[in-house]
Amino acid sequence: MRHIISILIENEAGALSRVSGLFSARAYNIESLTVAPTEDPSLSRMTIVSIGSEEIIEQITKQLNKLIDVVKVVDLSEAAHIERELMLVKVRATGKDREEMKRVADIFRGRIIDVTESTYVIELTGNTNKLDAFIEAIDRSQILETVRTGVCGIGRGDRILKV
Amino acid sequence: MQLTGAEIVIRCLQEEKVDYVFGYPGGSVLYIYDELFKQDQVKHILVRHEQAAVHAADAYSRSSNRIGVCMVTSGPGVTNAVTGIATAYMDSIPMVVISGQVPTAYIGQDAFQECDTVGITRPCVKHNFLVKDVKDLAVTLKKAFYLAKTGRPGPVLVDIPKDITNLKCEFSYPKSVTMRSYNPVVKGHSGQIKKAVQLLLDAKRPMIYTGGGVILADAAEKLTKLTRMLGFPITNTLMGLGGYPGTDQQFLGMLGMHGTVEANMAMQNCDVLLAVGARFDDRVIGNPTHFDEVERKIIHIDIDPSSISKRVKVDVPIVGCVSDVLDELIKQLEAAEGKPDAKSLASWWKQIGEWRAKDSLKFKQGKERIMPQYVVQKLYEVTGGDAFITSDVGQHQMWAAQYYKFDKPRRWINSGGLGTMGVGLPYAMGVRFANPKAQVACITGEGSIQMCIQELSTIKQFRLPVKIICLNNGYLGMVRQWQEMFHGDRYSESYMDSLPDFVKLAEAYGHVGMHITKPADVEGALREAFTTYKDECVFLNFVTDPKANVFPMVAAGKGLSQMILAEDL
Repeated sequence: MRHIISILIENEAGALSRVSGLFSARAYNIESLTVAPTEDPSLSRMTIVSIGSEEIIEQITKQLNKLIDVVKVVDLSEAAHIERELMLVKVRATGKDREEMKRVADIFRGRIIDVTESTYVIELTGNTNKLDAFIEAIDRSQILETVRTGVCGIGRGDRILKV
Repeated sequence: MQLTGAEIVIRCLQEEKVDYVFGYPGGSVLYIYDELFKQDQVKHILVRHEQAAVHAADAYSRSSNRIGVCMVTSGPGVTNAVTGIATAYMDSIPMVVISGQVPTAYIGQDAFQECDTVGITRPCVKHNFLVKDVKDLAVTLKKAFYLAKTGRPGPVLVDIPKDITNLKCEFSYPKSVTMRSYNPVVKGHSGQIKKAVQLLLDAKRPMIYTGGGVILADAAEKLTKLTRMLGFPITNTLMGLGGYPGTDQQFLGMLGMHGTVEANMAMQNCDVLLAVGARFDDRVIGNPTHFDEVERKIIHIDIDPSSISKRVKVDVPIVGCVSDVLDELIKQLEAAEGKPDAKSLASWWKQIGEWRAKDSLKFKQGKERIMPQYVVQKLYEVTGGDAFITSDVGQHQMWAAQYYKFDKPRRWINSGGLGTMGVGLPYAMGVRFANPKAQVACITGEGSIQMCIQELSTIKQFRLPVKIICLNNGYLGMVRQWQEMFHGDRYSESYMDSLPDFVKLAEAYGHVGMHITKPADVEGALREAFTTYKDECVFLNFVTDPKANVFPMVAAGKGLSQMILAEDL
């Protein structure tokens, strides 16, 4: 099962390596990991996507909680939540493909944020599946470069992760 | 009051009432050593290798329930210390390691004796710190002592760059620290404890299984009280020995890979298991799938939630300090209306009696070759069962655990989790500093003892009357045993050739050496060591039967009830 784990962690040097080191040391899987400071600069918020059985995910959350710098851990995927990922794709955009590329980007509610005579950079946000679908929808040979942020997520409604 | 970083370090140690620091000086810690020199409240024990400093601090802690402190320099000082830190980490030993670091401006420049200490030690410490501002130094050290001892204990490292130790700032030592990210649970959930009480009272074939958590929480008396109240059988893990009196009738001996038949069979066949401060590791329950084949209810008390349901699914988890939870458990049991089921218990004990009658630790001592088990038995008699026993790792460690009966906690000092060869001798040093009048014996082998043999020099310097019981069979015995049993008698690199003359070696360091080859001489030699040479370090080199193996044995991957006994071979 795919799980989205959100972590509030002290914004200290080395905090990221404590988390990533835990995953590698215990052979847990990381699909993606994002981290940035929160509105309170002393705290960072991390989102980790991991795949594992219930037992493994339970161990992961327990082990994360055990890290001294970790303030809170929550498995977002346990209840209603929203997840988003940002992707930038640089594509070849020449001849008749130029129009087609624009059209597909529009369908996916992507925005073209850089234009040259022969390329576009398309900005796209959504959940992982949507971004994957976009890649599938366009002609792969036209893709010059992609970069994705990895998933960040937040609970719906009253589910709040705060100190 | 303005103090330098080095002065602050020493003041903090004084405030924490640290009496001994085990360490080794070097460039990055020179200012700190200079301040050590100017005072005499904190005494420094100079070892001969940093690894031994950490082991000694570790054993100081294990044998006293105080925090062990050690100090090393940057670079190789730290890397040498890593084995010791990892050893303490695996057994959850509270310890503070102070390491020097190159000056702040040099960090990352591949400076002389630089290494990424925080990075290297991160996976084997409870927590570590790099001090970047002298103003943070005192509070960081306070946090280190606080973290080491609270919750699930463990080693905490504080890395201090050299320039920080020479900068000045205002000093005040905080009385306490709070950390929003760290709030270990102490009290157990009373609803869960109530469920546990009911399960215990309803049990037909109950079993109590306890580990190092009981020792760490100083909960041996409470455990003994609870066990006697219930009248249940009890077993200890290797780390838990001494948590319940080893000579008591209710004690079934150690369990696990080299546990007794009665302990392993009762563990496997019980219907209600009370696990206290133990973590169901692979050397204890063998194959977890095999263990799960028998249906039983498990109550698990542990301070670390991540130890619960890690390898074995638990029915009643109770997170909390073993000592506090046992208090509450005893209280609720006393108030409970029911009593343990006497009839079922009687037939359970009868069954256990049959397993016990197999006498799975029996061995034959002939006239020719010394059996290693016999040496441990005699050591037990000669010391009146009251010595502090340290061991290294291997066959001798298992024989020590099987044949020396520990009635008190903190008397059995060994590397259970990491299984570090070489700990025995520095452990004996640490024990003796924490317990200056105690009898201390180090049970070791000719392989292990050579891994920290240089400490014979430290032992001389500080006149530590440690008795070294070397069970010398000329082999890396446990390796040889596995090769004999599982690798077709191919003794690949397990024979110890060109051993030193241990008697001369001991004498060269200024100690007494004895060479014992005959069974008839074992007891006499031990008595001589503990009486005539009471105040000296004695190296007793017992030449033992090279074919002796440790039994019972649960082979790796097998189930607890699938033991190989000595008589099977």
